[in-house]
Amino acid sequence: MLGSRKLFRLQHKYAPYLFVAPFAVVFLVFGLYPLAKSLVLSFYTTSGPRSRVFVGLGNFAFLFSDPDFLKAVWNTTVFALFSVFLQLPLSLGLALLLNRRRLWGRNFFRLVFFSPRLVGMVFVAVLFVVIFQPQFGLLNRVLHAIAGLDLDTKWLGNRTLVMPALVLTSLWMYVGFNMIYFLAALQGVDKELYDAAEVDGANAFQKFRHVTLPGIKPVAVFVIVLSTIGSFQLFELPFLMLGNSGGPENAGLTIVMYLYQNGFETGDLGYASAIGWTLALGVLVISLIQMRITGAWKRGD
Amino acid sequence: MGRTALRIVLYLALAGAAAVMLTPLVWLFAAAIKHPDVLFTYLFFPPPSKLSAENFRELFTTIPFLRFLMNSFFITGVTVMVQLFFSSLGGFALAKYEFRAKRPIMVLMLATMMIPGQVMLAPLYELIYKAGLMDSHLGLIVPGCVSVFGMFLFRQSMLQIPDDLLHAGRVDGCSEFGLYWHVALPVSRPMVGAFCLISFMGTWNSFLWPQIVLHTRERFTLPIALNQMVGLYSQQYGVLMAGTLLSILPVVILFFILQKEFISGLTAGAVKG
Repeated sequence: MLGSRKLFRLQHKYAPYLFVAPFAVVFLVFGLYPLAKSLVLSFYTTSGPRSRVFVGLGNFAFLFSDPDFLKAVWNTTVFALFSVFLQLPLSLGLALLLNRRRLWGRNFFRLVFFSPRLVGMVFVAVLFVVIFQPQFGLLNRVLHAIAGLDLDTKWLGNRTLVMPALVLTSLWMYVGFNMIYFLAALQGVDKELYDAAEVDGANAFQKFRHVTLPGIKPVAVFVIVLSTIGSFQLFELPFLMLGNSGGPENAGLTIVMYLYQNGFETGDLGYASAIGWTLALGVLVISLIQMRITGAWKRGD
Repeated sequence: MGRTALRIVLYLALAGAAAVMLTPLVWLFAAAIKHPDVLFTYLFFPPPSKLSAENFRELFTTIPFLRFLMNSFFITGVTVMVQLFFSSLGGFALAKYEFRAKRPIMVLMLATMMIPGQVMLAPLYELIYKAGLMDSHLGLIVPGCVSVFGMFLFRQSMLQIPDDLLHAGRVDGCSEFGLYWHVALPVSRPMVGAFCLISFMGTWNSFLWPQIVLHTRERFTLPIALNQMVGLYSQQYGVLMAGTLLSILPVVILFFILQKEFISGLTAGAVKG
């Protein structure tokens, strides 16, 4: 009987290792190893999986004089700016509307606003390819009916309209989703603070400025950082809506699209890795700056 | 009076926003069930006599759409199950045991979460190529079967399981795996539901990696197939919309089944962390 008791204690000691083992093995092989390997690869020029030449920091040096890459960075940055300064305020606005006391149908509206998020990014892209069609597309027909605009407007074929089309699509997809975070944050703000502010004679704007905003700040910083990171990884929408090329004059070329083109169409996995690490470092720096500006670190978390 | 007017404006704004959100989906639905001949005649729904299943018929006869559906269900089903098992088991270990490798594992997990996944696309491609898994479903399932996010989610929710409960189980002679299977997992049911939904959506909608791995049409998943259909059907888009509708439906159905778990699971996580 002593044997089985010992076995019982042994399995307690080694159980956690066995429990994390399946995850750890796959994570090591398909997570950590590729991550480390991509850093190595970024110092090489490759052509297909078999041939490679060491170029040191050459890939990175070339990136910053590569007009297509700079164009992709510019496009992606513009898209990210729209996400943070147009989409998130709209999300907050919707959340404020839904946060009124004694609102009828709050759960219904919340579900409706959230519903586009149930449609995967790829399928959103397919749907909006059709919505943006000249002549028969929903958008042109609605704009024609309301404002008499040209039915022939080629949203996805016109250099200046490509970015608005992408922004519009992502607005539809994400405004309601981000609203959920803001609404949860708003519902967590202490009601007594509002009553106290009212007693002090604060008007609606002052209450928003001094009670609401500080109350939702941690969540707001979280949403801003996440939505920036997500924006910089934009891929599916332009890839499906504009074709692999990036649209007229590369007006919709994004960083990840450029990574895909170089790695998997041209076959230079080294250059693709260099693009990936540049993206990763860029996103990291931007997130740190955002957290510093918003003072998220001062709270000690 | 001013208050009533304000309420009317509020509801008008909400109704307007709701209409904008729903219109594309309603339009999609209408395009899918209209007869192709009247696709452009009516902006939304035609009279009932012009409704038809023609788009769906075309979808299943001229395109191996059923094949794509089965591929997506197979890959997503296997991936979600494996992710669920690995994450909940690993999360249990990270939540309820003290062991030396715990901190290094958590630090590494956190670090990779900060790095966009596209960074590792190139070496992952090399790896899958050398392993002979290109153009196969295993090439999608194997790298996709772990979820760092899932590990954190389950660790977070299983931290709340009282140690006394686990000790009581041990005294009764329950094995460590038995504690996971009979105590930890059932207690975390809302989180299981929430994770299944999140994991299902992630895998079902995944595009970039399958686009790199899959080449043979018979092996395509729905996102890859739909991407190919865009070029063919963007003018006569009834078929395209029917395909999109069927591709969205499983996620929508799952959402309504798991809605309660999804919300309680997420709020449970939010209260603690």
